[in-house]
Amino acid sequence: MTKNLLAMVAATTWLLTGCGASDKAATAAPATTVTGGSLKGDFGPPQGEPVKAVLTSPPEVPPATGRHAPAKVIVELEVIEVDKPIADGVTYTFWTFGGTVPGSFIRVRQGDTVEFHLKNHPDSKMPHNIDLHGVTGPGGGAASSFTAPGHQSQFTFKALNQGLYVYHCATAPVGMHVANGMYGLILVEPPEGLPPVDKEFYVMQGDFYTVGKYREKGHQAFDMQKAIDENATYVLFNGAESALTGPQALKATTGQHIRMFVGNGGPNLVSSFHLIGEIFDKVQYEGGTHFQENVQTTLIPAGGAATVEFHTEVPGNYVLVDHSIFRAFNKGAVAILEVSGEARADIYSGKQGDEVYLSDKLSNLAPVVTAAKASASGTLTKEQQVKAGEVLFKGTCSACHQDTGAGIPNVFPPLASSDYLLADRKRAIGIVLNGLSGAVTVNGASYNSVMPPMSQLNDDEVANILTYALNSWGNSGGAVTADEVKQVRGSTKRAEGAAH
Amino acid sequence: MIRACTLLALALLPFSAPGARAGGLDVPIAGGKFESVLPPSPEVKVAVIPAFRMDTALVSNADFAAFVRKHAEWRRDSVAGLFADKGYLRHWASPTDPGKEVAAQPVTQVSWFAASAYCEARGARLPRWYEWELAAAASATAPDARDDPEWRQQILEWYSRSARGALPAAGASPANYFGVRDLHGVVWEWVEDAGSMLVSGDSREQGDPNRNRFCGSGAIDVEQKENYAMLMRIAMLSSMKASYSSNSMGFRCANDAGAQR
Repeated sequence: MTKNLLAMVAATTWLLTGCGASDKAATAAPATTVTGGSLKGDFGPPQGEPVKAVLTSPPEVPPATGRHAPAKVIVELEVIEVDKPIADGVTYTFWTFGGTVPGSFIRVRQGDTVEFHLKNHPDSKMPHNIDLHGVTGPGGGAASSFTAPGHQSQFTFKALNQGLYVYHCATAPVGMHVANGMYGLILVEPPEGLPPVDKEFYVMQGDFYTVGKYREKGHQAFDMQKAIDENATYVLFNGAESALTGPQALKATTGQHIRMFVGNGGPNLVSSFHLIGEIFDKVQYEGGTHFQENVQTTLIPAGGAATVEFHTEVPGNYVLVDHSIFRAFNKGAVAILEVSGEARADIYSGKQGDEVYLSDKLSNLAPVVTAAKASASGTLTKEQQVKAGEVLFKGTCSACHQDTGAGIPNVFPPLASSDYLLADRKRAIGIVLNGLSGAVTVNGASYNSVMPPMSQLNDDEVANILTYALNSWGNSGGAVTADEVKQVRGSTKRAEGAAH
Repeated sequence: MIRACTLLALALLPFSAPGARAGGLDVPIAGGKFESVLPPSPEVKVAVIPAFRMDTALVSNADFAAFVRKHAEWRRDSVAGLFADKGYLRHWASPTDPGKEVAAQPVTQVSWFAASAYCEARGARLPRWYEWELAAAASATAPDARDDPEWRQQILEWYSRSARGALPAAGASPANYFGVRDLHGVVWEWVEDAGSMLVSGDSREQGDPNRNRFCGSGAIDVEQKENYAMLMRIAMLSSMKASYSSNSMGFRCANDAGAQR
């Protein structure tokens, strides 16, 4: 049966691409390939012994099914309501499929018969159900899987359409169940499987609505009105602000072919999904069959998904964001892909030079000029230093350390009330001059990023920036002099020609 | 041993003896016209609720233990499987004794059948959904606070917490406008007509022709869609068969205003 079908698909391809078309030509013209959808997705009754589906927690993806015939696949998914951190010092009661947000990743093959068991943990407060977008049938399984706490339901469907599909809870009030994290992805592989890659990841965006403000500490309850107003408190990848940063960052090496299964659970916001510093070689938008090449940012609707693929060339940290960009920097929609390997200066050099370019911004730099003159004449005050330092900080440091000096958790350490900064003034001067890489502990949290040497700054400017930092955001004061900077500059080494 | 049992029985006495229970059916509520989240029918949006009486507090484990000791057919080791699932009273120390820790807490892990039998033994019945909803619409100061977003958010916060952790004692929460306690923030509650107010397992099936399969008051079209707390109550009750029990489902009793107490 399968064989016949494959032969038929091959024949169709041949007809569509014309005489003598090679396989390569066929893949180069995807728009002409038609899989036939659900009508061509029934490969007959399941064969062999039933298979228990391997379910994985994000960001892991189950291995390829490796099957060449339709099977009966048993999926056992447990609904658990759990209290977990949503941000540093903030907890939330998530309703989950399998204990995680997003829920367990399910992987089957087109034509498989899926026997689905939904178990609702006895400690659950709510009844739950599941609507899988990969199901052909009313409600996608929702009514058939409606399950009281401490009970389990069973229903069976045949996966007729290949693709990457969202599943979610559809119990009243649906919006609240989804807002609490009840979504995940099911991949229905094409009959021939997906081409092998070096790494596969599972990432899913969701928006969250809490009574307290963004990062307000303590246990936060769901805010219904904010959800109705679509005014998200958090926009997150994989259900927590630190889910994919710091030690939990996604990891790869150079020269790898990466595939990411990216979903968007919503409930409300569509995602402008973007990977800073990479271009998606291939995006199967909506998780479907056809793909677009060379994509910068791809739209992932709420309740939709995309399969993105790219090849890693240059080592470094790549940042996944929702390019609706305030969500990234003010609501948490940031994840990190760490790529290790040999530098490739032929592809990307790093910074090769930096010179002052003032243009018409000169007036903004007035405090810097004032401080420079005062320093030369020996009349420089701390206030002048702070004012000049503020301007320089905003132009040089705030991109990472933020205007508030608070940094970004797990990525860029804070300067505000920073024990690390305040403990050793000479060390601080040295870091600005020479950069810093490797693990440091700041206010009890560990950071492992790279700060480049700020070799474009002169001694006056370094002194002013540090004086500003020491006198801002509740820090304890004190002033750094250009002489101190000069001393450190003379007694430490820095990479030749290094610049920000 | 006998002595110990007697002592235990004495300890439970203040809560025991259904009917003689302090606070039983002691809140009279006038009833009247009421706009429910589940209107009587698509054409009739306002329900008319006759006057009724309701327990101030939820039925406690100790209350229920007294009943079970009198009516052995409702012990967890003798109850018919048709009337109670495997979870029935499974959190109790023994078939007749809940244990000290939970004695004063609201009874949970009870089926609708068992809850109904308890109320019947007291010459009462479970509240009907409209009665419960009307009583639960009140805040501390207003008989119908459902349009107050602050109050709505406040009662919604219970639903934002998981069901683990000890319950407060029955009757421990402040009385509302009518004098009824424990309506929000403690447990779900069985209602007499739970079986006929079924909504679809897929809550998005509005206006589905299948609506006729739900008889009586079972209108699918839920009103007041912003009233999330009530929507969740209805979803929970719909998911429970009459033999099911849950560690967050309890009950109280009610009766018609004219019925003998």
